Amino acid sequence: MSKGGETVLEHLKSCVIVCGHYGAGKTNLTVNLALAAAQSGEAVSVIDMDVVNPYFRTADFQELFREAGIQLIAPIYANTNLDLPVLPPSVGAAIREKTGRLFLDVGGDDDGAVALGGFSALLEERGYSMLYVVNSRRELEPEPGEEAALLRRIQTASRLKVTHLVNNTNLGPETTSEVLLQSLPYLEEVSKRTGVPVLGAAAEERLAPHLEAEGLLPVRVYVKPPWS
Amino acid sequence: MSERVLMKGNEAMAEAAIRAGCRHFFGYPITPQTEVAAYMSKKMPKIGGTYLQAESEIAAINMVLGAASAGVRAMTSSSSPGISLKTEGISYIAGSDLPCLIVNVERGGPGLGGIQPAQSDYWQATRALGHGDFHVLVFAPSTVQEVVDLVFLAYDLAEKYRMPALLLSDGLLGQMMEPVSFPDPVEGGAEKPWAACGHQNKRPHNIINSLYLKADELERTVVERFARYAQIEAKEQRCQQYLCDDADYILVAFGATSRVSQSAVDTLRAQGIKAGLLRPITLWPFPKDAIRAHIPHVKGFLSVEMSMGQMVDDVRLAVEGKAPVGFFGRTGGVIPKPSEVVEAVRKMAGGDR
Repeated sequence: MSKGGETVLEHLKSCVIVCGHYGAGKTNLTVNLALAAAQSGEAVSVIDMDVVNPYFRTADFQELFREAGIQLIAPIYANTNLDLPVLPPSVGAAIREKTGRLFLDVGGDDDGAVALGGFSALLEERGYSMLYVVNSRRELEPEPGEEAALLRRIQTASRLKVTHLVNNTNLGPETTSEVLLQSLPYLEEVSKRTGVPVLGAAAEERLAPHLEAEGLLPVRVYVKPPWS
Repeated sequence: MSERVLMKGNEAMAEAAIRAGCRHFFGYPITPQTEVAAYMSKKMPKIGGTYLQAESEIAAINMVLGAASAGVRAMTSSSSPGISLKTEGISYIAGSDLPCLIVNVERGGPGLGGIQPAQSDYWQATRALGHGDFHVLVFAPSTVQEVVDLVFLAYDLAEKYRMPALLLSDGLLGQMMEPVSFPDPVEGGAEKPWAACGHQNKRPHNIINSLYLKADELERTVVERFARYAQIEAKEQRCQQYLCDDADYILVAFGATSRVSQSAVDTLRAQGIKAGLLRPITLWPFPKDAIRAHIPHVKGFLSVEMSMGQMVDDVRLAVEGKAPVGFFGRTGGVIPKPSEVVEAVRKMAGGDR
């Protein structure tokens, strides 16, 4: 992510929690934000809090993070055959640290957000921004009401408050500018129903130059299948 | 056709089944298949369907046997170890000439194995999905869109030939997200005059059964069933071919490994090696006719699998010793890299050139 990412980071607290519907694109957004923060010279840590998904997760980017000087904290058995959601003690330590930039990638709906709830007191103490990621093309008939309900369930499970919505609407490789533009009213509606402001819209770098939307976040696609 | 949406393979499969008229899903959670059941549990109550989490895989498949007997489009899904548990029930369903949809989102084995993707249930799917003389239709999608399309086809052919259909997916296809669109919903499927759904004193009883008291009667039934299998082998072989017509080396791969292999073919072509990809869409019936058609011009076939080499048996049976057949695979949940497949073909072609 280029300049857009750095600008967005200025609006956020040093501790950034990324949550949302599974498959909304939380991991890809987290990777982009983390790389942007590292590029601007911040000391960055990323916590893979996904205790639900067996694969396609932040822990896949260990190599990329190492090159960028980003510290990765992942569930002890991530990407192994052990389906055991155990978070390492370094999660609490990283939140307590209070210096540098911290990202928490929270997997899988409200079920995944339960694990986050265990750290709510520490997060309240540090202060945080909590991004709720939305892809309006994940459902055949997207309902702002259901989106708002999931957001509230995540808040309940995590005992934290969402501070921003991020529009991450995409159709993978078939994403066009129209796909993103068509999603703007949906985000507005979710924002109206939840009272949470929209931080911006993530758009692949190839699309970003052709788009004029407020708070555009040019992103790269890092989450890819193994043959591409 | 619906609008394009971005979905996980597992979710798309569940939505496709619903649109194909399935209102009876019986399952039991297991990674990496769980999203199929999770989607069904959310959607079925909203549309008047039944989602039932059974007490075990064995119970779930026997509920499918019951629902299919009544003539409805029934479904169950699981991952490798769970499919092993279902095999007794699948044999009963095949022995009762019932259509149904069974899904295996494959993971590593044997035993509990692992939760990463694999294709090492090929033998089980095509040879021994239960005891006795029988086959099931086996479909192998390679994209999320094809998962959707094959769910519809699987139900149609299962009803046409009155036999179970198995959709063989894998953890990678189940978990990955791709854009898809859905065909318009259909209701119920084909007429089922054989169904045990209440005769209301208007017709004789329909009896669904797989027990035969006399040996010659059972033999006759099985022989008749095999005559139907012969028709299916003649008519229903399906595959997709990519750059095969002038190929010296043809990769044979299904599901996720066909995506890896297609990348490898592109790389090999760029390096001046004439490679092609033949992707079986039906694993039973195996597309042997399409493979045989290439024997005169190829220097070799290479079966690429996420196993120790299972489909390669069918490639060899199709080729009948008339061309070299090699194998490359990774197993235990390891996905082969396109570069490894390229290397395997180059080795077959006689090393670096």
